[in-house]
Amino acid sequence: MSYNFKETMNKPERLAPGHRMCAGCGGTIAVRNVLRGLHEGDKAVIGNATGCLEVSTFTYPYTAWEDSYIHNAFENAGATLSGVEGAYKVLRKKGKLDETYKFITFGGDGGTYDIGFQSLSGAMERNQDLVYVCYDNGAYMNTGIQRSSATPMYADTTTTPVGSQSNGKPQNRKDLASIIAAHDVPYVAQTTFVQNFKDLHMKSEKAIYTPGAAFLNIMAPCPRGWRYNTPDIMEICKLGVETCYWPLFEVVEGKWILNYEPKKKLPVEDFLRPQGRFKHLFKKGNEYLLEAFQKEVDRRWEDLQFRCSR
Amino acid sequence: MAKRDRLSGNEAVAIALRQINPDVFPAFPITPSTEIPQYFASFVANGQVDTEFIPVESEHSSMSAAIGASAAGARSLTATSSCGLAYMWEELYIAASNRLPLALALVNRALSGPININCDHSDSMGARDAGWIQIYAENNQEAYDNMVQAYRISEHKDVRLPIMICQDGFITSHAVENIELLDDEEVKNFVGEYNPENYLLNPECPMAVGPYSITDYYMEAKRNQAEGMSNVSRVVLDVAKEFEGISGRKYGLFEEYCMEDAERAVVMIGSAAGTTKDAIDRLRAQGEKVGLIKIRLFRPFPAEEIAEALKNVKAVAIMDRAESYTNHGGPLGADVMAAMFRARSQALAVNYVYGLGGRDVRVEDMESVFEDLKKIVKDNDAGETYRYLGIRE
Repeated sequence: MSYNFKETMNKPERLAPGHRMCAGCGGTIAVRNVLRGLHEGDKAVIGNATGCLEVSTFTYPYTAWEDSYIHNAFENAGATLSGVEGAYKVLRKKGKLDETYKFITFGGDGGTYDIGFQSLSGAMERNQDLVYVCYDNGAYMNTGIQRSSATPMYADTTTTPVGSQSNGKPQNRKDLASIIAAHDVPYVAQTTFVQNFKDLHMKSEKAIYTPGAAFLNIMAPCPRGWRYNTPDIMEICKLGVETCYWPLFEVVEGKWILNYEPKKKLPVEDFLRPQGRFKHLFKKGNEYLLEAFQKEVDRRWEDLQFRCSR
Repeated sequence: MAKRDRLSGNEAVAIALRQINPDVFPAFPITPSTEIPQYFASFVANGQVDTEFIPVESEHSSMSAAIGASAAGARSLTATSSCGLAYMWEELYIAASNRLPLALALVNRALSGPININCDHSDSMGARDAGWIQIYAENNQEAYDNMVQAYRISEHKDVRLPIMICQDGFITSHAVENIELLDDEEVKNFVGEYNPENYLLNPECPMAVGPYSITDYYMEAKRNQAEGMSNVSRVVLDVAKEFEGISGRKYGLFEEYCMEDAERAVVMIGSAAGTTKDAIDRLRAQGEKVGLIKIRLFRPFPAEEIAEALKNVKAVAIMDRAESYTNHGGPLGADVMAAMFRARSQALAVNYVYGLGGRDVRVEDMESVFEDLKKIVKDNDAGETYRYLGIRE
């Protein structure tokens, strides 16, 4: 697939302005750029798990979606779009529909890693011809920043608050991309907003046009939940990648591919420092927490390198 | 040409579905409804239907996928029982509020716990306020006939609401009875093509489904559903009349059995109505004026018609195959008594809870209910209005 930045960026917006997402929201950036993966002329049905994205883009009687769109509930975006895709197959078979449709569903990490996990797993295992996109901001942001299984260790959330007996979330985040890869689907990728979006645009197009089930995990920072200076989102994403906290990789037909290796891997504290949710890690006496965090990042990075070297 | 056969209720419903040839059927197994998707999967495997069969990982997903398919413009359905229905609870409300005409073949089974696989109506009774049309069957023939009529009611432009076609777990779902099947072509013509007005896969006009609706609009949305529901009785009767034309079998909102001169009556739902008819036949042979009202359409509830049918009765026993823990009786009891109250009925009424978890209901049990009613009439006192039938105290 050839890639032309200008052409991609000049595609008509499929999420119209005027929705009510926060200024600087990573979720919206993810959606707009994933939809640039669609070829012009192709139609799409967009699915959506309950969350910020849904309540802010489809508040009756307004919709920001240029394509057909369905929100059902919190935990069933995978199953709902499976039904839509099933309808497409049968309507085509019966000669009631000629147009090409693509099926893309968006969920936050709460709706994807946690409550929608079973429905997602089912859709992936059945190899439904759809793309599930998780815009991962590492907590239940819509309900007010509660921890999810995507929340990184030590993050200060409203259900893992930092206190005299607490250093934030005690557990590590779930590695969902690996779990979906273990479903043996044709395409899994992890990305975020770096390299002028080339990585995200190319992976989106691949995910959308790979026959069968595809999963995209996109780190999509939330300025409210992460407590960084809102305009710094691109810098935050870059640090996520350069520290190897959020590596860019693909799993194509079971083959693990590392898409980017930093020339000089930065310490993870560079990624953590600008974020208010990790402020307590930089207090005197908490150096051991930073060490533990770094150790986990290193372990996962080495593991990924090993998988990609086979 | 009608064809006589011997079939279980599940097989009869599965055959109706083969004849309907729906577009999308997501399903998850649960006793005693499992056979319906199982039979259907073999129709798919043998190319007898065009349906996209989606074997999902749970009932929550089966209803979610059925909703997605229906919103996309396909005729969809699923089948379930008991805990499966409970698991898809929130989706029932979403299907109804989206005004999606999809079907659910429900095989009634007790809800856990304790876990029990046998018949009662606690599953569908719990879902009675979800915004679904509910139609019940006494026997296999009715289960089949109701399934054939389902989409004509659900998809009607004045209705556009999901429909639950209920039958009693094991009692009708697994018992084999003589049954008359319609010709495939007759069913196909009767049900017709599904041509929705607005749907996701309409290339001419995209659509958004499932909005966030704040207080400005939520109440109007609910009122709209109620408007659709208010048209259901009329449509059910129209469809039944047309169905009679092809089948010779007559259906209404409920069935009246020996009600013309009845002084004592039973009101009930489902297979135990057959047992009650036997009890009535015995008692009628002894000259007793007893009758039965068997509910077919429970949601919406034909309150005025039922009150009218009960207007000459001196005492009535309303039979609930589900508890509702009001300390006053079950859901059917509450609806029938409210209907009688609004009609200023002077009849004495009692409410029995019976047959929970498959507890057997014999002809003698129903005779004892009529005997109780006799005493109530004689004493002109209903006594305890909240009773249990066939319980070991």
